[in-house]
Amino acid sequence: MKFQAKLASAASGVAILVSATIAQADVLFWSTQAKPVEEAQAMREQVLGGQDVDYQPNDGGPWLTRLNAELQAGSGSIGVLGALHGDFSAMNPDDLLDLGDLGLGAASATFNELAKLGTSDTQYIPWMQASYIMAANKKALEHLPAGADINALTYDQLIEWSTNVKEATGEAKFGFPAGPKGLKHRFFQGYLYPSYTDGVVRTFASDEAVTAWEKMRELWAVTNPASTNFSFLQEQLLSEDVWIAFDHTSRLAAAFNERPDDFVAFPAPAGPTGRGFMPVIAGVAIPRTAPDMDAAKAIVAHMLKPETQIATLRATNFFPVVDVELPGDLPPSVQAAGNAVAIMSASADANPGLLPAGLGDKGGDFNRVFVDSFERIVLAGQPIRAVLDDQKKTLAKIMNETGAPCWAPDAPSEGACPVE
Amino acid sequence: MNARFLPYLLILPVTLFLCLFFLYPFVLVAQQAFSTGAGFTLDNFRDVSSHWKFPISLQNTLILAAAVVPVQLALALLMATMVNKMKKGRDIVLYIWTIPLGISDLAAGIIWLAIFDQSGFLNSMLNAVGATDKPFNLLSYQTPGVVFLAIARAEIWRATAIMLVILVAGIGLIPKEYYEAAEVFGASPWKRFLKVTLPLLRPSLQTALVLRVILAFEIFAVVSALGGTLFPVLMGEVYTYQFELLNGGAAAAIALIILAISIASTLVILRALRVPKGASI
Repeated sequence: MKFQAKLASAASGVAILVSATIAQADVLFWSTQAKPVEEAQAMREQVLGGQDVDYQPNDGGPWLTRLNAELQAGSGSIGVLGALHGDFSAMNPDDLLDLGDLGLGAASATFNELAKLGTSDTQYIPWMQASYIMAANKKALEHLPAGADINALTYDQLIEWSTNVKEATGEAKFGFPAGPKGLKHRFFQGYLYPSYTDGVVRTFASDEAVTAWEKMRELWAVTNPASTNFSFLQEQLLSEDVWIAFDHTSRLAAAFNERPDDFVAFPAPAGPTGRGFMPVIAGVAIPRTAPDMDAAKAIVAHMLKPETQIATLRATNFFPVVDVELPGDLPPSVQAAGNAVAIMSASADANPGLLPAGLGDKGGDFNRVFVDSFERIVLAGQPIRAVLDDQKKTLAKIMNETGAPCWAPDAPSEGACPVE
Repeated sequence: MNARFLPYLLILPVTLFLCLFFLYPFVLVAQQAFSTGAGFTLDNFRDVSSHWKFPISLQNTLILAAAVVPVQLALALLMATMVNKMKKGRDIVLYIWTIPLGISDLAAGIIWLAIFDQSGFLNSMLNAVGATDKPFNLLSYQTPGVVFLAIARAEIWRATAIMLVILVAGIGLIPKEYYEAAEVFGASPWKRFLKVTLPLLRPSLQTALVLRVILAFEIFAVVSALGGTLFPVLMGEVYTYQFELLNGGAAAAIALIILAISIASTLVILRALRVPKGASI
C-alpha cells in the first residue's frame, strides 16, 4: 500500500472514531418542556447530571421545524424527544421508535394506553404530569355527606356537600375560578364533559351534555356568587371566602404552603361516565432518525427512574408518573397536590380528557365556546338546549377550519373531529 | 419667503405627524376589518355582530354614555360657576378638583374596586360601625344594577374634571358687561345663568361634550377593573378579540363600529349646539 493511501485510510479511521465518540458523548435531548432558564439549568445539573446528554429546550415551532427537517432528510442528530402528548399525537406514528421492548411505563394504565396514540405500539413513554385538583378547608370535612369518601366523590356528593356547608354556615362556600383570568374552560373540557358525556367535541350538544349543564347549575347554586371575580383560588381559600375549590395545582400552591395543616387536596369528582380529569402529560420518545438508539434508550430509561422523577419534580413542578415515595422535604403544596393527582390518575374509573390539540391559533376561540356556554346557561339562565345548539355551530366551524382530529376521551376521527 | 405659504409651512409638521401616526394606522385597521385574507369582505362584521355578546355590549356602552355624560355635564357646569364666583383660593380648588385627571383610568377603577370589594373599605367600615355582621358582595352577577352604578360612579369621579377645565376657560371668556347689564335689569342669578352664561358658553359646551361622548364610547379599563366579565362593553370586546382570540380582523371591525358611533354622535352634538354665524364673541 502506498504511503498516501495509508495516510488517507488512517485519517478516515480517525475521523470515523472521532465522529463516533462525539455521537456517543452527547445525546441531544430535544424538548418543549422545562424551557425557562432556571428549569433548563436544573434539568441539566440535577436531573441529567452524570448522563451524556445535551439538554436543549425550545419553543414548539422551532422544535417541530428541526425535527421535521431531520425526518425528511432521513438522518439527524436528535436522540431523545421530550414533549406534551398533544405534540406527539400530531406526528406520524412511523416517525417514532416503538419503545414497547423497554418494558417501561407509567403507573397509570390509562396513560400507557394514551402513549400508544391509537396504534398498537408504545409511541412514547409517559414522563411527567400536572393537573387540576380539588382543595378543601378542613372545617368543611365535617359536613361531608354520610358515606362519602373524599378520595372517590361523585358530582352529586360534591353538590350535596357544598349544600350542607351552605346550610351550616349560611354562605355558599364552593369556589369556582370563573373570573376573567380563571381556568373555568378547563373544568368544562376536562372534568364536567368527560364525566358526563365521555367526550368533549363529539358530545358537545348531546342529551348527556344537557344533564351535565343541569348539574353545573345545581353546583352553581351553592357556589360563592363572587366566583365571577375569582382567578387564583388560593387567595379565597386563605381568606376563607371559599371552603371547597377546584383549580390548577399551581394556583392552589400558596394555600398549602402558607397553612399546610388547614387544607386537604383531593381528586376531582366522578360522573356517570367516569372520573373526568385533565392530565397535562409530557412524554419522552425517540425519533427514527436518532443517531445512537442504545444511548437514547438509556436516557429514556434514566428519566423513568424514581429518583430522576423526583429530581424532575423539583426542577419543573411536574409530578412523577411512576409510583414513588415523595420525600419529606418537598414543599407542602407539592406533597398535597402530588398525592391527589396520583389518586386521581390511578383510580379505576379515571377518564382523562386531554388538553385540546391541533387547534393552532384557534385555541382561544375553542375555549370561548365553553366560556360562552357557561355565561349564557349558568349566569344568564338561558335554556340549555337552545344555547348548546347555538354554540355547536361555532364549535363545528372551528373544528372544520383547523381540521383538528379528536383527542381523548372523544373517539378517534378521520380528519376534523365532528360535532355530533 | 412668500407670506402666503407660511401658514401651510407651519402646519406641515403636525400634518405629517397625523398622517404617519393616525391616518396610516387607521387605513391599516380599516383594511384589516374588511379582509379575511383574500379580497374585500364583510365577514368580520358579520362575525362580531352575530356573537351573542355584541348586542349586550353595544347596549351597555350606549346606556353608560347616556347615564354618565349628562351627570358630568351638570356637575361640571355647577363646579365651573362656583369656581368663577370665588374671590380667593380659586386656583387651589381647581387643582384639587382636577386631581382625578392625572390618574389613569385603570388606576381609578382599581381605587373604586378597593372600596366596593367584598373585603374592601366599604365593607370594613360597615363592619367596624356594626351595621353588618359579615361582609357582603356588592359586585356580583346577582346585582347588575350595583355593578352599573359602581362603574358609572367611578367614571363620573374620574372624568368630570376634563369638562370642568374646558368650561372654566369658556366662562372666563364671557365679558363681564353682559352680567352687569343683566343685573341692571334685575335678572336673578338663575336667570343670568340661563340667559347669559349658557348661550355664550355654547362653543365650550360643544367641545366638552364631543370630547366626553367620544371618550365614553371608549370606556374600558374602569369597566374591566370593576365589572370583570359581568358588564361587557364594546371596547372590552375589541381587547378580547385582539389579545385573547388573536383575531385582529374582528377587533378592527368592532373598532370601526365604535368609530362610526363616535362620528355619528359628534355630528349630532355639533348640529344641536351649533353657533349661528355672526353670533359668536
